[in-house]
Amino acid sequence: MIGDNKTAAPAALQHSWDQDAVLSVEHLTMRFGGLLAVNDLSFNVGRGDITALIGPNGAGKTTVFNCVTGFYKPTEGRIVMRHGDKVSDKLIEDATDSGEQFRVEGSSGVFLLERMQDFQISHRAKVARTFQNIRLFAGMTVLENLLVAQHNPLMLASNYTLGGLIGLPGYRHAREKSIEKSVYWMEQVGLIDRADDPAGDLPYGAQRRLEIARAMCTGPHLLCLDEPAAGLNPRESSELNTLLQFIRKEHGTSILLIEHDMGVVMEISDHIVVLDYGEKISDGDAAFVRNDPRVIAAYLGVEDEEEVEAALEDDANGDAASTGAGLKSNDEAGGAK
Amino acid sequence: MEYLFQQLINGLTLGSIYGLIAIGYTMVYGIIGMINFAHGDVFMVGSFIALAVFLILTTVLGFTFLPLVLLIVLIMSMLFTSAWGWTVERLAYRPLRGSFRLAPLITAIGMSIVLQNFVQITQGARVKPLAPQISGGITLIPGNAEAGTIAVQLSYMQMIIIGVTFTLMVGFSLLIAKTPLGRAQRSCEQDQKMASLLGVNVDRTISLTFVMGAALASVAGIMFLLLYGVVDFYIGFLAGVKAFTAAVLGGIGSLPGAMLGGLLIGLIETLWSGYFTVEYKDVAAFSILAIVLIFMPSGLLGKPEVEKV
Repeated sequence: MIGDNKTAAPAALQHSWDQDAVLSVEHLTMRFGGLLAVNDLSFNVGRGDITALIGPNGAGKTTVFNCVTGFYKPTEGRIVMRHGDKVSDKLIEDATDSGEQFRVEGSSGVFLLERMQDFQISHRAKVARTFQNIRLFAGMTVLENLLVAQHNPLMLASNYTLGGLIGLPGYRHAREKSIEKSVYWMEQVGLIDRADDPAGDLPYGAQRRLEIARAMCTGPHLLCLDEPAAGLNPRESSELNTLLQFIRKEHGTSILLIEHDMGVVMEISDHIVVLDYGEKISDGDAAFVRNDPRVIAAYLGVEDEEEVEAALEDDANGDAASTGAGLKSNDEAGGAK
Repeated sequence: MEYLFQQLINGLTLGSIYGLIAIGYTMVYGIIGMINFAHGDVFMVGSFIALAVFLILTTVLGFTFLPLVLLIVLIMSMLFTSAWGWTVERLAYRPLRGSFRLAPLITAIGMSIVLQNFVQITQGARVKPLAPQISGGITLIPGNAEAGTIAVQLSYMQMIIIGVTFTLMVGFSLLIAKTPLGRAQRSCEQDQKMASLLGVNVDRTISLTFVMGAALASVAGIMFLLLYGVVDFYIGFLAGVKAFTAAVLGGIGSLPGAMLGGLLIGLIETLWSGYFTVEYKDVAAFSILAIVLIFMPSGLLGKPEVEKV
């Protein structure tokens, strides 16, 4: 179960996510008064990758998400979102120096998220997110929830409502397209039968799927999911895996997720970043992270250097029990399948 | 019987005006959870602008064709009053967003005083009259002196008021239900943060809500001016309180509730004045409000707050 991970490749000097990053978090620091929630954190999210951000409770994962999506203004650091294949470093530096929020040249665009307002991060930088606790518009129907996510193109097509009121053809066309898109996503997440039900009436698992569908309706380049598998049963959890793989494969959307369910993380992640006390303690593919003594120590609360060494040796001996204990939920998830 | 019929017509007319103002209260409350106490004064400003535009058009520019004059008055008054509404939100409420809950409420009261006094100083404290512009009407039931019955009249003015109100309310409901802007407003009502993460410009949506409320209030102001023929700087206060009552009675935050509440308050007032005493019509209206709120705390059409555990 543990050895068969496809990403277990020899550690290369240059990782793919460093060469072609869609999002770069650089020296991010977030302070709340005297509390240092995130300290000098840097990592890259590769284009088209599923990247997991893991760590014990209170490690600062959600704070990182909040900084990326504009909920918080970081105390220090830069968060760069890249659109297009090859974005030159020069463009990024130019945009940074000019004090602009973003700069688009031809097919490539640079977005400095720490300078942008939250609605622009969604609208221009194309970053979407979901929350740990479900935040659907409970009183609106499933379809309307998906239409709100397409607010900007619709608003434009309706000439800021005036055209929409008198039913101009341009608006009608845009509306049809947005409904088509909504229908497509309702089909993908299996909610097409409940299109006109209030979102608040859906069962929990369906609400989780609807949140992902809604985020996808904004047409994101990067999808940030905060514990998407929380509260899901094993079957729903594996459906979620399939959905995320599908999104990555068919839509080329890069995914950044926070997850405690190690079964999900190890199975679908191309790249894992581990945080503890606001600092990065490990960064690599699943096989690398799983065997990293610092990660095991963080999860087990081992502080003594010798115990870490011992754990490393146990690993080297191929003692599955010790690795299993290191990331215990991995075994649980394995057993559940 | 005829008397009741006539009072119903009068009540509906008055209720329409209240309803239009009440929409402004209920929408602002729905989206940012604040009672905009300056809204009644926006209505007052609307009727003053209408009066000014009307006088400029007829006496200075010499327009005589009444429908055209009224159309221009309508458009100009809506434009200027909307600008007022937008400015009030931008200057007095937006800087306080995110501060404690009472702060915008207090500024709203302050804003109301500012608007009243501004109009009082610039326009004078005396009532401004406007000669009746639209007279005549149709007799629905002719009176009979021998049988002692009175005639039931429906004046053209009342027809216009009820007609315009009905059209605006239908158009407005469509706007909220069908257009992207309305959808954005409803989403902001439920979760502003999430709406902004989906790309909705929340600040702009809130501004537009104020603009829409002010535009409707200005229509109410024009109709008030044409119906009663007098305006002064103080009309906004009582009309505002009544409309607020209407919004609460119908269930604050609910659009159909505001319309229903407005009509009910109008009807209660006129029926009470018609059958009992004019002096106590306000007491009657507010008593009904108190009784309804005791038995239905969220108003007639308001949704009770359900907390999911």
